[in-house]
Amino acid sequence: MLNMIKQGWRPLAVLILLFIIWELSVVIFDVPKWFLPAPSDIITVGINEWTEYNQHVFATVELIIIGFIVGSLSGIIVATVLHLIPVLRQSMYPLIILSQNIPIIVLAPLLVGWFGFGMLPKLIVITLVCFFPIAISLLGGLQQTDRDLRHYMLMAGATKRQMFWKLEWLSALPSLFSGLKISATYSVMGAVISEWLGANNGLGVYMTLASSSFRADRVFVAIFIIVFISLLFFMLIVWLEKRIIRWQASEKRNTNGSS
Amino acid sequence: MVHLNVRNISQSFDEQKILKQINFSIDQGEFVSILGPSGSGKSTLFRIIGGIESPTSGDIILNDESIKNQPGSVSYTPQSPSLFPWRSVLDNVLLGQEIQGKRDRNTALQMIERAGLADYADAYPHELSGGMKQRVSFIRSVLSPQPLILLDEPFSALDEFTRTDMQQWLLSMWEEHKRSIIFVTHNIEEALFLSDRIIVLSNRPTSVQREITIPFKRPRNEDLLLSNDFLEFKKEIYKEMRASHLPS
Ligand SMILES: Nc1ncnc2c1ncn2[C@@H]1O[C@H](COP(=O)(O)OP(=O)(O)OP(=O)(O)O)[C@@H](O)[C@H]1O
Ligand SMILES: [Mg+2]
Repeated sequence: MLNMIKQGWRPLAVLILLFIIWELSVVIFDVPKWFLPAPSDIITVGINEWTEYNQHVFATVELIIIGFIVGSLSGIIVATVLHLIPVLRQSMYPLIILSQNIPIIVLAPLLVGWFGFGMLPKLIVITLVCFFPIAISLLGGLQQTDRDLRHYMLMAGATKRQMFWKLEWLSALPSLFSGLKISATYSVMGAVISEWLGANNGLGVYMTLASSSFRADRVFVAIFIIVFISLLFFMLIVWLEKRIIRWQASEKRNTNGSS
Repeated sequence: MVHLNVRNISQSFDEQKILKQINFSIDQGEFVSILGPSGSGKSTLFRIIGGIESPTSGDIILNDESIKNQPGSVSYTPQSPSLFPWRSVLDNVLLGQEIQGKRDRNTALQMIERAGLADYADAYPHELSGGMKQRVSFIRSVLSPQPLILLDEPFSALDEFTRTDMQQWLLSMWEEHKRSIIFVTHNIEEALFLSDRIIVLSNRPTSVQREITIPFKRPRNEDLLLSNDFLEFKKEIYKEMRASHLPS
């Protein structure tokens, strides 16, 4: 965590600088509030109206978490199945790549038409968004298992099951985590987009309402919160990765010489 | 008593003949080196003996039974140490046993200690030096239940002195555990210092060019490397290999 702060101060400084320029510009050029609010206005609104909009935040966070879990699990299962059954891999892999060319924005209204306004169409949108990076990177990781290690396992008489659990799965974990990191941010976008389609609650709804009543300050509050959730979620995955993948050589550990 | 018998093994890749009628056998508890030029197909031969590659013709007999295309019958130390990065040293050396059935933690810890790695039992491979990794890889082979061990150039990446140390360590382990070993190398001195017998391979298409029995008494130590007898043998094998190594 300390490391993160150490590396994070530069972008943070740039961000603060940007905010200062933004604030000053709004004041100097006398920009109307409905057109572009100053950061200080946004923060004030964000704090004062918290009790009014917090249910939207919680609804979205819940949607993100459920969607991310469903999406990641299906990505993991599909990648594993495709890896273990080569015939399936050869026939399905191009289709999975192709599926990514369908714009979600276009697909979403159709899903609502088919499944109504409940949780299901929203979950499908997030799942579709999360699924792809995880399936592709995990499958890549599984396929790229070190050849020498594979030979060793074969020579030692390992069964297919031992090969998977003792070698392939573990060696693919770093790839899985790069997929999870991408999906973590995608899932936040997916959740907001799915809420635009129609929902009672959620930041997507809050944003639509704010923008149709020309409350640019509230739109920005929503944007800030979305960015913040994405970042938090991303950091959570990074933290998990560090906890789980402890065997990788990091320069820090080498100089400290752990034992 | 014959432990392993390699019978008329031939192997081709894409019409190209790599191995041509390889024949030799190993006695129980014997230390045999296979000496051959780079690219002659030594690793290929090991993969065939190990049962993960199918030869174009010939058979591999272990204790009177064919083990052709049957993985799991021999213990193998690959050319690179091939340790599993997510396993500690202890878990790495136990892997061979784990695949075959039961783990014996105590014996493993003893051997790790004998190899001078007591402080590293819980370390991950990335914390080890090259020589340490090779020792771990070899302990993994010795702990595996299969009585025949194949070693594929385990010391080729080490410097001269580390290499000599490792050779002596290897001999002491072998004398203690009395397993049959086939040791692949392209280093003449290494083969001479370690083996009961050396099998010299020809250039491609590779066949057995000569078998030489090495009479040096055991236990052997570093002094042997500088003795006259040793140099005589070295000269002879050198000439033998040179003759077949046509300039390209
Ligand atoms: N699966 C394969 N397909 C095609 N060619 C192969 C295959 N495996 C090995 N070869 C070829 O067989 C030859 C012998 O390879 P091998 O690795 O067995 O040599 P080696 O004696 O172990 O060499 P080195 O001493 O460099 O380790 C090489 O020319 C290699 O390109
Ligand atoms: Mg080789």
